Amino acid sequence: MTHSIEDLELIAVEIRQDIIKMLLHAGSGHSAGPLGLADIFTALYFDILKHDPKNPDWEERDMLLLSNGHCVPVRYAAMARAGYFDLSELKTLRQLGSRLQGHPERTKLPGMETTSGPLGCGLSQAAGMALAMRMNDIHHRWVYVVLGDGELDEGNIWEAAMLTSKYNLNNVIGIIDRNNIQIDGPTESVMPLDDLKAKWVSFGWHVIEIDGNNIEAVIDACAMARAVVDKPVMIIAHTIPGKGVDFMEYDFHWHGSPPNAEQAKKALRELRTLQGKIRSEHE
Amino acid sequence: MNDLNLIKDVLDKDISSEPIRKGFGRGLLNAGKINVNVVAACADLTESTQMSLFKKEFPERFVEVGVAEQNLVTVGSGMAAMGKIPFVSSYAAFSPGRNWEQIRTTVCLNDQPVKIVGSHAGVSVGPDGATHQMLEDIALMRVLPNMVVIAPGDSLEAERATLAIASDQRPAYIRLAREATPIITTDKTPFEIGKAYVYKAGKDLTIMSTGTMTYQALAAAAKLEKDGIHAEVIHIPTIKPLDEKTIIASAKKTGKVITVEEGQIIGGLGGAIAELLSQTSPTKVIRMGMQDRFGESGKPDELLEHFGLTAKHIAVQAHHLVM
Repeated sequence: MTHSIEDLELIAVEIRQDIIKMLLHAGSGHSAGPLGLADIFTALYFDILKHDPKNPDWEERDMLLLSNGHCVPVRYAAMARAGYFDLSELKTLRQLGSRLQGHPERTKLPGMETTSGPLGCGLSQAAGMALAMRMNDIHHRWVYVVLGDGELDEGNIWEAAMLTSKYNLNNVIGIIDRNNIQIDGPTESVMPLDDLKAKWVSFGWHVIEIDGNNIEAVIDACAMARAVVDKPVMIIAHTIPGKGVDFMEYDFHWHGSPPNAEQAKKALRELRTLQGKIRSEHE
Repeated sequence: MNDLNLIKDVLDKDISSEPIRKGFGRGLLNAGKINVNVVAACADLTESTQMSLFKKEFPERFVEVGVAEQNLVTVGSGMAAMGKIPFVSSYAAFSPGRNWEQIRTTVCLNDQPVKIVGSHAGVSVGPDGATHQMLEDIALMRVLPNMVVIAPGDSLEAERATLAIASDQRPAYIRLAREATPIITTDKTPFEIGKAYVYKAGKDLTIMSTGTMTYQALAAAAKLEKDGIHAEVIHIPTIKPLDEKTIIASAKKTGKVITVEEGQIIGGLGGAIAELLSQTSPTKVIRMGMQDRFGESGKPDELLEHFGLTAKHIAVQAHHLVM
């Protein structure tokens, strides 16, 4: 590991600040999911993934798929912080001619492995990648796929769950952002998902449940997932939607809305305070 | 006609026939032998779609996804992302019938060279009835940016078309039929993606056809010759990208066009030709095919007769048009 946990926690705060600024500038987009995923994407881009920001098509790289494409601001911010492109490009989000489309497009941005947004397609694409790797006798690359919990309503997910298990595609590692909200309300009232762990276990997966806002837990869970060889692994990462910004946390109304100028100012102030707390705790 | 090495007499009662899907099966097997990156996936219809030949030869390059067409195409997208050329097959009613959005997002917008194989298209599927007689596939696939759409006219052309799309980097849809279709080409007949072919030259009108209907168009033209009407027949295996030059030139020459297809005229070949000619060279166009309605159970020949998709029906329309 090249970064300490403190470093990673501070990067996650910076990514959260980037998200607030990007969404304010864009005037539309999703707040809650990206903020909740900041710790997972920090862990992925700064510790877990084998990748090279200067050579996005590196043939030895791990694959990272974002199945719930609407959360892409967190990925753009993490990619910029990791060195894929300049931070200044973040403010082009959702603008005409930008490589940072409202939902991610592979053909526009190097390092974006798939085009996504319409939900439920990421796991099967990950399975397809893993099948192709097996055909090529490649066993040392991993396919990470981040899924939203709301998107588990899609039938395509469970088709893919069966296939991945059938072929024992153990280099697929799924991470469910279990934040319990979707557009119309709490997941358990829109379409109940629990017992979520039991569902995946019954589909033939090894399941690890973690606090998805704990960077160390994310890193450890992925290491454990790579060690499981007899089954694909699904990490159920419990996250707080809107994490880091008090007035957004746990509130499903922030699923698909950006902050206005005043709210952004308040959010950035809170995040600065969080930075100070992290620094003082680690002193 | 000789330049194209076609069968000379389509009215020969002993003309041999074979299901178009059989040609696809052989083509895929050959494509697999030529290129190790050609892989295949099927949704529980391996024998019906003739993917079985490939599966037997290359079991390690074949994926069975079960009855799950959304998964079929997205797994294909994932394999393509790793450098594979995936052929994914089912009945056309289910793929692209059920999984259109996955095709749109993960294949076309994502620009991956997935080859969607839709078998059992058209009313000639027969007794299975309307649910399984896919008529809207051409329209569904033609409207998608980046997509190549091909409806071969016989099994030999299907074999060549399969090889052609296997060495092409674009997403593609290939439309296959269940029942035996007369073989009108020979192994020397050319096929190139994006090319339409003048199968018979004429001056009084042009019959533009695709898929199984080109045999009927040629048979109609042969009958019309006896009546003193010289019909030009253009076979259009590639519906997208359309060979605009060949189509416009013929429309300008004859000034009268009939389109024939075994599918909905709305959005199908008829729609494509009407869109093209109305803008470039306004021409009277009679669109033959399914007239905004579903099929039904019956024997394949009965159904073609019932829905007016035979040489006889084409000849009647031609007489009306040239009068």
